[in-house]
Amino acid sequence: MYRQTEIIKDDSLTTDGRGDLVINVGPQHPATHGVLHLVITLNGETIKKVEPHLGYIHRSIEKMCESLTYRQFIYVTSRMDYLSAHINNHACALCVEKGLQLEIPPRAQVIRVLMDELTRIASHELWWGAMAMDLGAFTPFFHAFRERETINDIMEETCGARLTMNYIVPGGVMYDIHPNFQKRVKDFIQLYKRKIHEYDELVTGNIIFQNRMKNVGVISAEDAISWGCTGPVARGSGVSSDIRKLYPYEVYNKLDFDEVLETGCDSFARYLIRIREMNESIKIIEQLIDNIPGGDFQAKTKNVLKLPKGEFYSRVETARGELGVYIVSEGGTTPYRIKFRSPGFSNLSILDHIIRGGKIGDLVAAMGTLDLVIPDIDR
Amino acid sequence: MWNFNHIASEIHEWLNSIFNPTWTLIIEMVIAGVAVIGLFAALGLVLVIMERKVSAWMQIRLGPNRVGPKGMLQSLADTLKLIVKEGLTPDGADKLLFNLAPFIAMIVAMLLMAPIAFARDFQMWDLNIGVLYISAISSMSVIGILMAGWASNNKYSLLGAMRSGAQIVSYELSAGLSVLAIVVLTGSLSLSDIIQSQANGWWIFKGHIPAIIAFVTFIIAVTAETNRAPFDLAEAESELTAGFHTEYSGMKFALFFLAEYVNVFIVCAIGATLFLGGWMPFHIGNWQSFNHVMDYIPSSIWFFGKTFFLIFVIMWFRWTFPRLRIDQLLNLEWKYLLPISMINLLLVTLIAILGWHF
Amino acid sequence: MFIVKYIKDVFGAVKSLAIGMKRTMYYFTHHKEIITQQYPDNRKTLILPERFKGEVVMPHNENNEHRCTGCTACELACPNGTIKVITKFDIMPDGKKKKAIDKLVYHLELCTMCNLCIIACPSDAIKMAQTFEHSVYDRNQLTKILNKPGSKIMEGVE
Repeated sequence: MYRQTEIIKDDSLTTDGRGDLVINVGPQHPATHGVLHLVITLNGETIKKVEPHLGYIHRSIEKMCESLTYRQFIYVTSRMDYLSAHINNHACALCVEKGLQLEIPPRAQVIRVLMDELTRIASHELWWGAMAMDLGAFTPFFHAFRERETINDIMEETCGARLTMNYIVPGGVMYDIHPNFQKRVKDFIQLYKRKIHEYDELVTGNIIFQNRMKNVGVISAEDAISWGCTGPVARGSGVSSDIRKLYPYEVYNKLDFDEVLETGCDSFARYLIRIREMNESIKIIEQLIDNIPGGDFQAKTKNVLKLPKGEFYSRVETARGELGVYIVSEGGTTPYRIKFRSPGFSNLSILDHIIRGGKIGDLVAAMGTLDLVIPDIDR
Repeated sequence: MWNFNHIASEIHEWLNSIFNPTWTLIIEMVIAGVAVIGLFAALGLVLVIMERKVSAWMQIRLGPNRVGPKGMLQSLADTLKLIVKEGLTPDGADKLLFNLAPFIAMIVAMLLMAPIAFARDFQMWDLNIGVLYISAISSMSVIGILMAGWASNNKYSLLGAMRSGAQIVSYELSAGLSVLAIVVLTGSLSLSDIIQSQANGWWIFKGHIPAIIAFVTFIIAVTAETNRAPFDLAEAESELTAGFHTEYSGMKFALFFLAEYVNVFIVCAIGATLFLGGWMPFHIGNWQSFNHVMDYIPSSIWFFGKTFFLIFVIMWFRWTFPRLRIDQLLNLEWKYLLPISMINLLLVTLIAILGWHF
Repeated sequence: MFIVKYIKDVFGAVKSLAIGMKRTMYYFTHHKEIITQQYPDNRKTLILPERFKGEVVMPHNENNEHRCTGCTACELACPNGTIKVITKFDIMPDGKKKKAIDKLVYHLELCTMCNLCIIACPSDAIKMAQTFEHSVYDRNQLTKILNKPGSKIMEGVE
């Protein structure tokens, strides 16, 4: 494995006049988070300040959506947080359906929720593998990808693509599920249950991992609320913020699953939450996979969608936190303005606050548990 | 054919008959030097492919399998690539130290090959303070690393070299104390004496509890000495500092790389010599026929087998565990390994005096 | 007591490390768990699912006929202008002029494989193929004309 070189601001040793060292991490990062540029002020090994510089992958998605119709703009949002692509599409479709006041057939709702939960598991698997790799253990990455590849194969058979699925349309889903879908998902559940204890053996129970993650990056509950953190970052501090429980959409209010909360407030608590969330997703899938109702997979809509004049907002729980879609419509076929409230942006903003006084190893561990995907932040 | 002593003495006789004693000595030294360099190169090739294959199988994938049958010639391709790469010297680097550092690392590794006994009667230099010599020379490897970090004129290299220097200097203590446990049991510092004393059983079995504790601390300490994971902060690939050998490319990088692998071989060889009996075969009490069969396997195979087993254990550590943070690493040494080694030393002295070992 | 906690810590740590090492040793010795697919060698046995979105093609039957009427629904549905429909006017046997497809220009380099054109087509003229090796040395090869030369529309398609 060859490292990428980091860009250095000056050629000589830069200090900020008080004996501190200013170094750059990224934007070409050896770890897998994406293009994030951090300017770190160090005193020896202790971090004094971290400044993230964003915008390296800004593709003006929100502006692009202003020239696309309501059927067309959904494919672009898959590329925002590409690890939970289904859930992004789902959020946009929910917002459009809110505007059109469409009723989704129950079969489509159940298929959407199944796909969401599979995507959530896939995203958490990749997070787990990348987190272990950041901390220096290279083996769990490959083990995580074995499960993720199984999910990708299921997606490939039903939706046609492995990463940017574009399967959800306003009104339902694009095609009916493949006849093999139920059997393959059941096989995947068996595989997952066989392999989940390996995660504990290799990583969670390991004393070195625990020491790297305990008492690192402590976020108090007040801080989590005031900085706007959502998702596992807030739940690690005991703040209840699961959109699937607080503002249920689709069939979530009929399902039996727990919201995973921990009170540890440190990186290890956030780590445990994501592992348990994977188990909760498996519970949801098991409840749904045998009970897919019959009927249409897509509601009847006009060919050209026109939202009435007004503002519409919908929110979903992605693997990272709360994603909000806000559409301002002037009554035409294209939106006047779309704004995405991305979970990564608020989660990243707390990094400076929690890492002061820590070491560089702590920075890596804390960033790993914040689960940042930079295209989501930069849009 | 496997008796190397025979070959060594035959060459000695033949040379003596042609040249006068001084020339014989010089020519033998040249032959020994060439043999060491050859072993160096061969070990480098073998260990690189071994590491890649071992890591691949642990990560449920195949390793290199394109170059040569089952990928066995991969190291040749790597070596060729490193030779033809451009060797850059950064602007503002201290030229003398920059060029000297890889050679110091290599020279230390080569010097350490001298007292190791590769087979029965096949030792380059059997000095009476073998263990002390090894501890002393291995301390000098720090100089090479610090030189490389300083001379690169790069703050990442400097950070990495400083971390590495602190780490190596601390862990030498534990390594030395665990080696002393065996020296106390044997009563001599000379390596051939230590091997001879294991003729009726390896020290790890004869010395029961203190020897096992010493063995475990030895393995942990030498993993840290050679900058291998989980203690590889100095060359961490996914943290921000890129290590003391960032600025090296081409042949000089190849020398550092090689020196690291040969260091691993040497410390495993020392571990095998002290704890697992060197070239002594595996005897069990008075099972005469079993011992007889074991004696048939040549002593060089025993030695290399044990060494490669220990190398495999060190590679196993690397691909299973994450790395430690610098303060946890030093914590481990000063608060856990050092007290345990010191108490172990007292324990083993007690056992040796009372004769409670086998 | 401090000593008891110390020793318990040490043993707990060593035990957790040993459990991890056992798992890696399991994978080291069980080679049947290896899931690597050796890609360029296994092209013959590689089957992609039929819904895989590789590139857009227009199926022709054995008489070199397709089903495209030139209605430009796919061009309107496409989000980024990948498809351009060029129509011409055919003279029918009864003297009237009818719109027909001259060329369907498809820019593979711009396509995002979003499938919107396939579901917009009212006469099932285009579908997704399962090819995925699209790299070429010359960029002009990525602009494809989907209807074959000399082909005409099938009877009975509207």
